[in-house]
Amino acid sequence: MTGYADFLLLLVAALSLAIVATSRLASCVRASAMQGVALSLLPLALWGGALDRHLVPVVLMSLGALSVKAVVIPILLSRAIREANVRREVEPFISLHFSVLVAAALVGFSFWLATVLVLPRPAPSTLLVPVAFATLLVGFLVLVSRRQAVTQVVGYLMLENGVFIFGQTLVEEIPFAVELGILLDLLVGVFVMGIAIYHISREFDHIDTEQLSALKD
Amino acid sequence: MALAFLVVAPAVLGLVALAFRNVRIGLAILLGAAAAHLLTVASLWTGAATSDPDALLRIDVTGLIFLSVTSLLFLAASLYTVPYLLQGTHDTQAAPRRFVPCLLWFLSAMTLVTATQNLALMWAAVEGTTLASAPLVYFYKRRGALEATWKYLLLCSVGIALALLGTFFLGIAASGNAGNGAGLTLSTMMHAAPSMSRPWLKAAFVLALVGYGTKMGLAPLHTWLPDTHSQAPSPVSALLSGALLNCAFLAILRFYQVCVASGDFAFAQTLLVLLGFVSMGVACAFLIGQGDYKRLFAYSSIENMGIMAIGVGLGGAASYGALLHAVNHSLCKAGLFFLAGNVLRAFGTTSTREVRGVLQRLPVTGVLLTALFLAIGGVPPFGPFWSEFLIFQAAINGSHPWLGLLFIALLAVAFLGMAGVLFPMLQGTPAGQETRSREPALSVLTPLAMACGALVLGIFIPPFLSEALARAASALGG
Repeated sequence: MTGYADFLLLLVAALSLAIVATSRLASCVRASAMQGVALSLLPLALWGGALDRHLVPVVLMSLGALSVKAVVIPILLSRAIREANVRREVEPFISLHFSVLVAAALVGFSFWLATVLVLPRPAPSTLLVPVAFATLLVGFLVLVSRRQAVTQVVGYLMLENGVFIFGQTLVEEIPFAVELGILLDLLVGVFVMGIAIYHISREFDHIDTEQLSALKD
Repeated sequence: MALAFLVVAPAVLGLVALAFRNVRIGLAILLGAAAAHLLTVASLWTGAATSDPDALLRIDVTGLIFLSVTSLLFLAASLYTVPYLLQGTHDTQAAPRRFVPCLLWFLSAMTLVTATQNLALMWAAVEGTTLASAPLVYFYKRRGALEATWKYLLLCSVGIALALLGTFFLGIAASGNAGNGAGLTLSTMMHAAPSMSRPWLKAAFVLALVGYGTKMGLAPLHTWLPDTHSQAPSPVSALLSGALLNCAFLAILRFYQVCVASGDFAFAQTLLVLLGFVSMGVACAFLIGQGDYKRLFAYSSIENMGIMAIGVGLGGAASYGALLHAVNHSLCKAGLFFLAGNVLRAFGTTSTREVRGVLQRLPVTGVLLTALFLAIGGVPPFGPFWSEFLIFQAAINGSHPWLGLLFIALLAVAFLGMAGVLFPMLQGTPAGQETRSREPALSVLTPLAMACGALVLGIFIPPFLSEALARAASALGG
C-alpha cells in the first residue's frame, strides 16, 4: 500500500507548490480542496493493511477530512471570494516567481530536516515526514507572504494539513473522538474566519489585510 | 460527573440563551450558570482526586487552581456584565444577543482546558477558547474591532496549529516505547518521558512554547494581545486577561511537566526564562508613555505573563511564586479591566491624554484604580508583592544572581511607566460640565471584590490554597 501513499504524498507536495504559484484566488481554493481530497485518502492508503485493527478511526478520519477539507471549507471560501468580489492576489509581499523559488527551497530543506529528525518508530512511508514538513513550511510562506484574507486562510489550511500528516503516525495514540474534535475546530475556525472576511469586505470594500493596520502603538 | 457537568452545562445553556432575544433573560441564564459553576468547582476542592489517570476528563491540583480562578472571575465578569449590557452606552451596531451565548461557550472551553489530562483534547479546548471569544471581541462592530478580531483569529490559530504539531511531536517522541497505547495523556507521557527520544521531546516543547506562548501573550508573539484586549468589551477583556492567558500558561506547564519527568529540562528552563525576560522588556518599552489605558493594562498582562514564565523557569521556590502570581495577577487584572470599563463609559475615550480627573468624577472607581494599580505594581501589602518577591529571592539565590537584579529593575521600570500614565489620569480636573458620573453598584463592587481578594492574598494565604499551590509547584519540580 505504500505505493499509493507515496503517490498521495507527492501529490500533496505538488499541490502546495501549485498554490504558491497561482495568483487567482479561485484556483488557490480549488488546489487546496484537491489537497484535501489527497489527504483524506492518505489514512486509507497508509493504514489499509491494518484496517482490521483501526477500522473505525481510520475510516472516520478519512470521511471527516474529506467532508471538512475537501467540501465544506472550499465552499465557504468560494462564497467568501464571491461576496468579497475579488479575483486575484494583488502585489504579494514576495513576488510570485520568487515565492515559488523559496517554496522549492523549503521542500528541499524539509527533506534534509527529515534526515535529522528521525522517527523513533519507523513511519509507514519514508515520504511522510519530509512532505509533512514541506506542507507546513510552504503553508507558513503563503500565510506571511500574501495579503488577501482568503489566501491567508488557505495558508493556514496548508499548515493544518502538514500537522494532519504528522498525525498519521499517531493513529494508535489519539482517540478518534479527539481527532474529530480537531477537524471540527478547524471547520468552525474557518467558518468564523469566513464571517470575518465577509465583514472586512463590507467594511473596507476589499479584503486586503494590509489595510488592517490602524491599531498600533 | 461533576467535571462533565462543568464542561457541558455552560455549552448547553449557551444554546438555550441563543434562543432568547430578551437581554434580561440572557443575563439571568448567565448569572445562574456562573453561580452554579462556581459552586460545583468549590465542591471539587472537598472531593479527593480519584479515578483512572487516563480518563478523558480528569482534574489535578494544578488544573483545579486554574479552574477555580477562571470560575471566580467568570462570576465577577457576569455580575459586571449586568449593568454593562443594561445601562451601557452601546452603539446600535453592537450585538448583545450573541454576547451571553458566546460567554458561556467561552467558559465551557476554558473549563475543558483545565479539566482534561489528554493533551490532544486540551489542544482542541484551547482552540475552542479562541473561536468562542472571537465574536466577543467583535462585539462593537467597528473597524478597529474587526481588525483586532482578524489578528486574534489568525495569529492565535496559527500559534495553536504549531502547538498541535508540538502535541504530535510529543506523541512521536513517546512512540519508540513498545506497548504504549494509552494515548496522549499527561500521565502516560510523564511515565514514558525518561525514555523519550530527546530531539523530538525538545522540538515538542519548543513548538508548544511558541504555540501556546502566542496565546499566552509571551513576546515576541504577543502582537495580537494589546489590540484584542483594547478593542474587546471590558468584561471580555477582563476574562481574556485574567482567565484565558492562564489557560494557555497551564497548557505550557503540561509540556513542562513532561520535560521535568524526563529529567532533561534545563533547556526548557532556559527558554522560559529567556522568553519571560523578553516579554517583560517589550512590555516595559510600551508601558512608558502609553496613549491608551486599555492597551496599558494589556501590556501589563504581557509583563506579568513574563514574570510567571520566569518563575517557572527558575524552578524551586519560584515555581510556587509563579503559580501564586497567576492567581494574584488574575484578580488584579480583571479588576483593572472592569475599572477601565467604568472610565470608558464615563469619559467616552480610551485615550490616556484625554482622561483627567477620574478621582473627582468617579470617586469609587478612582480609589479602586489606585489600589489595584499599586497591587499589580507589586506594592505591599497586596498579593503580587509576595509572589514577585518569591521569584526575586529564587533568582538571587540561584546560579545567576544578576537575573534577580534585572528582574527587579524591569519591575521598577514597569511600575514607574504605569504610574506615569495613570496618575495624571486620576488627578486633575475633568474637562466638560459634568463633575460627577453615576457608578452602578455592580460595576464598582466587582473590582472591589477583586481588590479585596488581592489584599487578602497579601496578608494571609488560606492553608488550603497554599497547600494546593505547593503540591502544584512540586509537580513542576519546585
